[in-house]
Amino acid sequence: MNENFRLPIRLAILAFATVVLQQAAVSQVSIFGVSADISPLVVMSVGLLAGSLAGAVMGFTTGILVDLILVQTLGVTSLLYIVIGYWCGRLRELRDPSHGLVPLAMGAAATAVAGIGLAIIQFLLGVDAPVSFLLVQQIFMTILVNTLIALPVYALVRRVIRPALPEDPRRRRRRAYTTGGLSPLQRPSERLGQIPRSSR
Amino acid sequence: MYDKQVRRRRAVLALLVAVSLILLTAYFGESPSSPLHTVQRGIVEVLSPIQQGASKALKPVRDVAGWFSDTFSAKSQRDQLKKEVQTLRTQLDRAQAALIQNAQLSKLVGLDNSLGIASFQPVTAQVISRDPTLWYATIEVDKGSDDGVRMNDPVVGDGGLVGKISTVMPTAAIITLITEHSFAVSATVQDSLGDQGVLVPEVGNPNQLLLQNLPLRAPIQTGQQVVTSGFKSGPLDSLYPAGIPIGQVSDSNTQDDLLTNQQVKVNPVADLRHLDVVQILTTPHGGSQRAQVP
Repeated sequence: MNENFRLPIRLAILAFATVVLQQAAVSQVSIFGVSADISPLVVMSVGLLAGSLAGAVMGFTTGILVDLILVQTLGVTSLLYIVIGYWCGRLRELRDPSHGLVPLAMGAAATAVAGIGLAIIQFLLGVDAPVSFLLVQQIFMTILVNTLIALPVYALVRRVIRPALPEDPRRRRRRAYTTGGLSPLQRPSERLGQIPRSSR
Repeated sequence: MYDKQVRRRRAVLALLVAVSLILLTAYFGESPSSPLHTVQRGIVEVLSPIQQGASKALKPVRDVAGWFSDTFSAKSQRDQLKKEVQTLRTQLDRAQAALIQNAQLSKLVGLDNSLGIASFQPVTAQVISRDPTLWYATIEVDKGSDDGVRMNDPVVGDGGLVGKISTVMPTAAIITLITEHSFAVSATVQDSLGDQGVLVPEVGNPNQLLLQNLPLRAPIQTGQQVVTSGFKSGPLDSLYPAGIPIGQVSDSNTQDDLLTNQQVKVNPVADLRHLDVVQILTTPHGGSQRAQVP
């Protein structure tokens, strides 16, 4: 298979599988009175792993699929997921966060953007439902449940798309530092030999 | 090189956002028979067999996860149900007596006992997907126009009214639940006077219903049953047959803003979050033509 198509194909399959799994299983299981929503978590994970461009495209594709399958207003979910995917990708490109709990925080943020954003768009489209305690409670509980499952979802997405990701120079450099392979600062005396005292 | 990458990234982002906004605007302003809606229905039709397969394959996973979540709420429900059993036993005794009396009276006035669900030719359908958000209260089922399902057919399940068919495809259909913000149905409280009103979802709380337009001093009490009224007004028929349970009055002490009518809160009898199987009433009026009124 052409190297250029490996990532898009994997992302397309991942988006489709995510939406089908969400509608057929995840959304039918109630935890603390709400259902988890893995779609924004998958988009967030792709953004963090593959960058802003791939994140935005993944967000658009997943959002359109959600809108199509649920017979909703086309474009609402895709608009929100583009923001999530692009934003997570930019975070990776600008900050390159390496802490293990970053997906947890980003999962909560992505779910909050999806929940609150959907509410705002619904208000703008004229749905007759003012901000109520129940709505705030449901959004909060969904964020909580999604935060709990953010790490496993991120790990699963990483497992699926990592073989297709291009080698990132910064990631390669960081790995070299931590494994002691290529860093010029790692044990310099072993590479350069003993430095004479007079030359110091 | 870097500038080129940045330009490309921004161009793709702008393109995706523009496409989303165009789709949103076009879809929102179109009628249900427009090309975008038709394409959407076609894609759902193509994908529904996959969803059906996935739904069946993932049922064990759902059941296991559902068992854990149900266990948490089982204890509190048990105590509540014990109280309800006591109340219902009393009501059952009264109802059985009333049933015998009703059968005798029906014979007298020449009415046939056709209120059973079986007379509406129900089609049993399995829920294959549902919307996880509060906003779109819809579910998708695996029966469509090939099975005789039509637009606006009433849907019952879990002992009560669930909603109506809002989109029909040959092998699948979308059900709009009674908690959807645009839903309305004429309903009767089973009190001594049989007061009638219009049942709508409570604004801001889609899991609670509101029975509006009741007489100001209607003797309504908490716990009374609310059923569909199924009114007839000349050529106009309600979409829903009479007597289908909808819910129970949960708070009878509310009035509307203008104090001209009474409104009461109603808890749906059907657990809309856990529906697996529903019944679509394909001939709610014995094949007669229906008007588009709630």
